Amino acid sequence: MSAAAADPAAAAVPAARAEAPPLVEATGVSIRYDGVEVLRDVTLSLRPGEIVTLVGPNGSGKTSLARALAGALKPASGRVRRRPGLRLGYVPQSLALDRTLPMTVDRFLALAGERDRAVREAALERTGAPGLGARQLSELSGGQFQRALLAHALLRRPELLVLDEPTTGLDQPGASAFYRLVAELRDELGCAVLMVSHDLHVVMAASDRVICLNGHVCCEGTPTVVAAAPEYRALFGFGTGGALALYRHDHDHAHDHDHDPDHGHGPHRHDHDHDHDHGPQGRGAGQG
Amino acid sequence: MGLLDDFLARAAIAGVAAALAAGPLGCFVVWRRMAYFGDATAHAAILGVAASLALEIPVFAGVLALAGLMAAAVALSAGRSYAADTLLGVAAHTALAAGLVAMAFLPGARLDLMGYLFGDILAVSKGDVWTILFGAAAALALLAWRWTGLLTATLSPDLAAAEGRDPARERLILMLALAFLVAAALKVVGALLITALLVIPAAAARAVSPTPERMALAAALIGAGSVLGGLGASWTWDAPAGPSVVLAASAALALANLAAVLRRALRG
Repeated sequence: MSAAAADPAAAAVPAARAEAPPLVEATGVSIRYDGVEVLRDVTLSLRPGEIVTLVGPNGSGKTSLARALAGALKPASGRVRRRPGLRLGYVPQSLALDRTLPMTVDRFLALAGERDRAVREAALERTGAPGLGARQLSELSGGQFQRALLAHALLRRPELLVLDEPTTGLDQPGASAFYRLVAELRDELGCAVLMVSHDLHVVMAASDRVICLNGHVCCEGTPTVVAAAPEYRALFGFGTGGALALYRHDHDHAHDHDHDPDHGHGPHRHDHDHDHDHGPQGRGAGQG
Repeated sequence: MGLLDDFLARAAIAGVAAALAAGPLGCFVVWRRMAYFGDATAHAAILGVAASLALEIPVFAGVLALAGLMAAAVALSAGRSYAADTLLGVAAHTALAAGLVAMAFLPGARLDLMGYLFGDILAVSKGDVWTILFGAAAALALLAWRWTGLLTATLSPDLAAAEGRDPARERLILMLALAFLVAAALKVVGALLITALLVIPAAAARAVSPTPERMALAAALIGAGSVLGGLGASWTWDAPAGPSVVLAASAALALANLAAVLRRALRG
C-alpha cells in the first residue's frame, strides 16, 4: 500500500506545481450533439502532477468533457488549449473491437509507438497484467483489458493521463487496486491524471480535486479521506487500502428546484438530486 | 517474346497485382464494416467509365475521379438524415443506374459494358497492365504510409485523436486508397465484383490470423491465389474469368474456416 495514496498531505499539489503553466486549459467550453447542449460554459485547467476526478451522473457530459480535453471532440463554443507538444495517454471506455480484427495485446501496445518488446512487457507487468502479450484483446477480462489500455497509455510516456471510467465493471477491491495503481504511477511519472467516474460519492482517495459535472460544473472540492475511520473500514471492507474516499457535494444552487422556470439551466438533467449532504452513516445504512 | 506478350501472363500479373492490394485494403473494409461503402465506390466506377468515354480522357482517370468523389460524398453525408446502410444503398445503386444509362447513350460503349461490369481480365493490354500495377501500388503505398494511424483510428477514433492523429484524415486516406483500388481492379473482376475481391480474401484470412499484419498478408496471398485459381478454372472450363476468381476466393474462405474449426477440435 502506498503511503502517498493514504496521506492527504503527500497527495496535495505542491505549491510549485500549482504555479506551473497548465497542461490543458478549457475556457467557456460548450458541447452540443445535433444541436442538443450536453455541456455549458465549462472552464477548468489541469496542472502538472495533479489528480482530478470528474464525477457526474449518466448524461452529465463528463465523458464529452474528457474527450474535448483530450482533443477527440471539438467544442461547439469556447476553447481548449493544450500545452504545445503535450504527451497525452488516453484510456477510452472501450475500443471498437470488431471480432474480425485480430489484435494481440503486444501488437496493441506496439501501436503506442514502442518498438522494444521488453519495454512493452515491462509496461504490462507494471500495470499488473504480466505475460498477457500473446493473448487476443478480445479474450481479456474487464480488469485485464483496462490494464492493457493503461499499459498502452503509459508507453506514450504521458504528462497527462486521461482515464474514462476505467473501473466500470470492477468490484470495489478491483476498483481500489486500480486507483492505487494510478496513484503510484502518478508518483513515479509525475504525470497529471484526469479520472472520469460515474460514482458520485466514492472517489479515488488520491484525488487533489473532485469536479462534479451535470451539464455544467456543479461543485468542486477535495475528497474526504476516510482510510482511518473504523466505520469506513466497515463500509468499504478490508483490502481497499485507503484508495477510496468520499466526496461531499456542496452545490451552491438548488437542483431540486429545476422545475422552476427561472432556474434557467437549459435542458440538462438533474437526476443526482439525492442526499447531497449525506454523511457516512447515511450511506452505510443505504448499503447495509 | 516478352512476358507481357502472352495474354495469360498479362492476366495473371494484372490480377495478382490487384489482389495483393485488395487484400490489406479489404481488411480495413471488413474491420470498419465498410462493405456497402466499397459497393458504392465500385459502382460509381461505371459512371466514371461513361464520363471518361464521353470526355475522351483515360478510363483510369475518370474512374479514379468518380470513385473518389463518391467516397467523399458518402463519407461527408453519413449520419445526416438516413441510416448509413440506407444512404449507401441509395448511393450505390443510383451511381450504377446512372452509369448504365449514360453508357447506353454513348455510341459503341454498349459493347464494352459487360467487361466493365464483370471484368475482362483475359483482354488486358500491356497498357492496362501498367495502369493496374500503378493503381495497386498507389493503394498499397497509401496503406503502408498510414498503417499505424489507420489501425489506431480503426480501434478507437478517440484514442487516435488523443495521440495526436486525425481520424478524419486517416479515413480520407483510406477512401483515396479505395478509389485507386477500384480504378485498378475494374478490368480484373468488374465493378459488380470488386467488393468481393476486397471482402472475401480478408474474411478468409481472419480465420487464420493472430495480428492485423498477418491478416493483411494472408488476405493478399489468398487473393493472389484466388486470381491464379480462377484463371486456371477459366482456362480449363472456359468459365468467365472474373466470377471464377471470386468463386476461388469463396472456396478459400470455406477451406480456411474448415481448417480453423479442425485445428480447434484437435486442440480442444
